[in-house]
Amino acid sequence: MIKNGGLVKTVRFAEPKYVGDPINAVKIFNEKESDELIVLDIDATANGVEPNYKQIAHLAAECRMPLCYGGGIKTADQAQRIINFGVEKVAISSGAIENPPLITEIAKEIGNQSVVVVLDVRKRRGGEYSVWTHNGRNDTKRSPIELAQQAESLGAGEIVINSIDNDGVMQGYDLALAMELRKAVGLPMSVLGGAGSLADIGRLISTCGVVGAAAGSLFVFKGSYRAVLINYPGQEQKETLIRAALTP
Amino acid sequence: MITIVDYGLGNIQAFLNVYKRLNIPATRARTAAEIQAATKIILPGVGAFDQAMERLEQSGMREALDDAVLNRRVPVLGVCVGMQMLARSSDEGSRAGLGWIRGGVKQFASTGDARLPLPHMGWNDVRASEGNPLFSGLETDAKFYFLHSYYFQCDSATDVAALSNYGGRFGSAVSASNIHGVQFHPEKSHHFGIRLLKNFAEL
Repeated sequence: MIKNGGLVKTVRFAEPKYVGDPINAVKIFNEKESDELIVLDIDATANGVEPNYKQIAHLAAECRMPLCYGGGIKTADQAQRIINFGVEKVAISSGAIENPPLITEIAKEIGNQSVVVVLDVRKRRGGEYSVWTHNGRNDTKRSPIELAQQAESLGAGEIVINSIDNDGVMQGYDLALAMELRKAVGLPMSVLGGAGSLADIGRLISTCGVVGAAAGSLFVFKGSYRAVLINYPGQEQKETLIRAALTP
Repeated sequence: MITIVDYGLGNIQAFLNVYKRLNIPATRARTAAEIQAATKIILPGVGAFDQAMERLEQSGMREALDDAVLNRRVPVLGVCVGMQMLARSSDEGSRAGLGWIRGGVKQFASTGDARLPLPHMGWNDVRASEGNPLFSGLETDAKFYFLHSYYFQCDSATDVAALSNYGGRFGSAVSASNIHGVQFHPEKSHHFGIRLLKNFAEL
């Protein structure tokens, strides 16, 4: 997550903790050979500003793994401009919910495969889920299933389900939410929010099958005091984890 | 000099960064004159086929590229949509491709009981044909990053340089004399991709 140009990690979309310089973090993730990076500018939409193109271009140039950028994208032209920097995917959230045809417009410009719809989800008191925008400040009162299916039919290439309740808590993913979504859409899906250990990733994969496991805190903090230390499992460790999780 | 064709699409800087790290001189080309000076050419590409072809046609570099690749036989590497552009046409669009390698671009079939999620996105194994210099020194379990819904179908099996599996085998790399293409993104594939780009530089 990017805030004021710096890398931060939040807890339940609040308490942003500064983690470091984004370019420096990308360089470390290059050396760790991470599978993919998602960079979300959490100020852009909330403050109503354009994506920071200069920073995006710089990130794309440094990144030796696939990169997804999100934050403040409201038009197909903006998405195209970002893709032209060599970003693999763009993530849209409020733009896709407030103006659904935007999904189709962007997909037409850059290809379906590069359009990621991010749904920030909070659980209501009654237990049902609702999608929020503007960095968790605006309740759309729409169900994530309905919005995910709509995104799929309009040409999105991937869905990212982010649990606001579990964000930064590091006690595991919301597996019930992940499973509901997995059953409802055929698109590639990634789950974010809550991973505190590699075992949590294992549980997600053994519950949902082939699914993207995304994490923030897990890969930038070390220990119970949340000291900043970028870390990432090695190739072999990752493969063992996934193989074990997919074995019935 | 390794020359990366800059017609407004694709991550030129990512290739330049890899070569900088390898201490191999590389530059970007935006004009025909710059293509004429190239001794190796990388043709990147992202997005939709027609849009990529249209941009390339309008870039003013098309003729110089044909001359470099077909007459001067400068080694060329098409990447992702850049590889698909080597074909004569694509099911994704109506424009003609470069037609440098005999074949067409097809969409993955996404029907039947086992619905194939499209696009094919993520890391996948790449099995190179024996002795292909692009893959020299690479681990047999080398993985590359893919992001595509269409694939290159060669007319001749001898032009297939590597195979991958996604709901069935498909050609993930092509090679025909000085013309090469990879469907995956070497610039985004960690040390595997760095090795492949180094191999291309050393062809």
